Amino acid sequence: MANLLELKNVTKIYSRGLLSKISTTALANISLTLESDKPTILTVAGESGSGKTTLAMLLLGFIKPTSGQILYKGQDIHELRGPERMVFRREVQAVFQDPFAVFNPFYTVDHLLTVPINRFKLAKSKREARAIMYDTLEAVGLHPDDVLGKFPHQLSGGQRQRINVARALLLKPKLLVADEPVSMVDASLRASILETLRDLQRNYGVSIVYITHDLTTAYHIARSIIVLYRGTVMEAGDVDTIIKNPQHPYTRLLIDSIPWPDINRRWGETEIKAKESELTDHGAGCKFLARCPFATAQCKNPPPLFRLSDYHAASCYRYDANPDLPSEELSQVLPI
Amino acid sequence: MGPILEVRDLQVSYYTDAGRATALAGASFSLNAGEKLGLVGESGSGKSTMALAMMRMIKPPGRIEAGQVIVDGVNLRELSEAQMLQARLNKIAYIPQGAMNSLNPVTRIEAQMADAIRAHDKQTTKKEIAARCRQALESVDLKPQVAKMYAHELSGGMKQRVCIAISILLKPKVIICDEPTSALDVVTQRQVMETIDRVKDQIGAAVILIGHDMGLMAQFVDKVAVMYAGRLMEVSTVREMFTDPKHPYAKALINSLPRLDNKGVFQGIPGLAPSLLRLPPGCPFNPRCSQAMDICRAVIPPSVTLEGGRTVACHLYADKV
Repeated sequence: MANLLELKNVTKIYSRGLLSKISTTALANISLTLESDKPTILTVAGESGSGKTTLAMLLLGFIKPTSGQILYKGQDIHELRGPERMVFRREVQAVFQDPFAVFNPFYTVDHLLTVPINRFKLAKSKREARAIMYDTLEAVGLHPDDVLGKFPHQLSGGQRQRINVARALLLKPKLLVADEPVSMVDASLRASILETLRDLQRNYGVSIVYITHDLTTAYHIARSIIVLYRGTVMEAGDVDTIIKNPQHPYTRLLIDSIPWPDINRRWGETEIKAKESELTDHGAGCKFLARCPFATAQCKNPPPLFRLSDYHAASCYRYDANPDLPSEELSQVLPI
Repeated sequence: MGPILEVRDLQVSYYTDAGRATALAGASFSLNAGEKLGLVGESGSGKSTMALAMMRMIKPPGRIEAGQVIVDGVNLRELSEAQMLQARLNKIAYIPQGAMNSLNPVTRIEAQMADAIRAHDKQTTKKEIAARCRQALESVDLKPQVAKMYAHELSGGMKQRVCIAISILLKPKVIICDEPTSALDVVTQRQVMETIDRVKDQIGAAVILIGHDMGLMAQFVDKVAVMYAGRLMEVSTVREMFTDPKHPYAKALINSLPRLDNKGVFQGIPGLAPSLLRLPPGCPFNPRCSQAMDICRAVIPPSVTLEGGRTVACHLYADKV
């Protein structure tokens, strides 16, 4: 059976203007496979500018890769036409960051949920449509009577975000791309939205690509993780291994900067070497070179991924005693 | 020396078409110079209203109904409008949520900083203004060249630092930061918080940090105040709050936090925050509280001071004074 989703050496370069030679590599040579019969939660983590949202846009087919291919069930998503394209549109759904910005303020929740039902002909009658709406709202932990008939401004941020998840779930997706779904939601509601997402993966067989800069939530929800920095994979593998025992200097900095809600675990043992804003040199070498406390002359060449264990790879010369992992085989170190 | 900031029984209401909403119902606390207080709560719990009330920036239909805000011996509520203008930035500075987007896109940073100084002291010479701008930028770790730049030339973390620089130009006694890092990633967030900490020590101010990131609170503040539906439910030191929270809401909040040792356990707080227009009788938290008693549904619990100076507004502790 074909893989659910396959990225083959995908690169995305944004160039400015027609004649300008300035360009930004948002994503460099990423290969990734998600299998269709084993739903999983994969986290893509990184700070702003790391290319994580570009990856989401590529997965959803909103933008085209500069080079490389994105295959959905074995077919290039930009060559899908007609009914096949509709299937892709239905089976790959998104939940975005800002639950306040994605709703049209003039429409009620009912309208929001009936549009996809009609568009994809999910129900034969009004009554059936209503039943589907009730089921999905309940599946995300909302009381349908509390939210139906209401306008977005009458709902809390957590309710709106759950309606987003419900709208996605309505279409029985195979893949959900969640781009920072809880970063704008209150801490007390965060837990329940994450639980909803995990429940989707477990009980509804939906694979989730969870894009975030918050490694705390990533740790709790995901099985595997890819850490991006300036469009390049820094470290990838099992989420437990990486959060508890990060190897790449960048991942260490990132994890050390998490403000853990734990009074006995103090913040920031590692020194922050350079300020992100002061970096101008984005040379050909390791992207983290200018901020890395361990940088050597060798780092001027881009480091490949080194496989540290079955489910752990890091792109850093400090681990060059380990075997190389070709970037096409990245998925091998991601447990499902 | 007494506390540098004292808030006594501060009350704010918003008069809406649907009725009067009490967004802040008699909040009291005090803060010493150099202390850091974290103000946490769900959206709509009155955190930002508290900040605005302290700055006397509540706009109609909102109104400050009662209470006192005493900064460095001066009761801000008794000042005239002109005096209050002088007090802002001079005695008490406010960095609003998303402040970094409030920088003027068409003037240079130095012009915006000069504005702030001139508004308070028209006699300041150009040379002096330039020197103070440079000093302020330096203290937030920005190069002097930043003064000549426009906002769009700066990254999010740098813009946030410019806002902090503006807020400390006149060396205020109290700095209120409303979610200063919610749009920044963790590494930048840490740098900004370290900047605030250092600047606070330099000018000896008290800092109030508003936010809902309990992790940030654990790492940054000395005291935590938990708000719910316009009330201060508990005020205690950060260690007490994280190791032994007293109020059931504070307990639930602490328990809902993701930790390293309980992977995959999500413990949300059941139910939703009540609308301020339709508060339940008694304690506003009683419908969601697992320990609610009969009295909780009838009487609003007064705030009691427990051993060690922490205050809790809950009937469970009423007889333990």
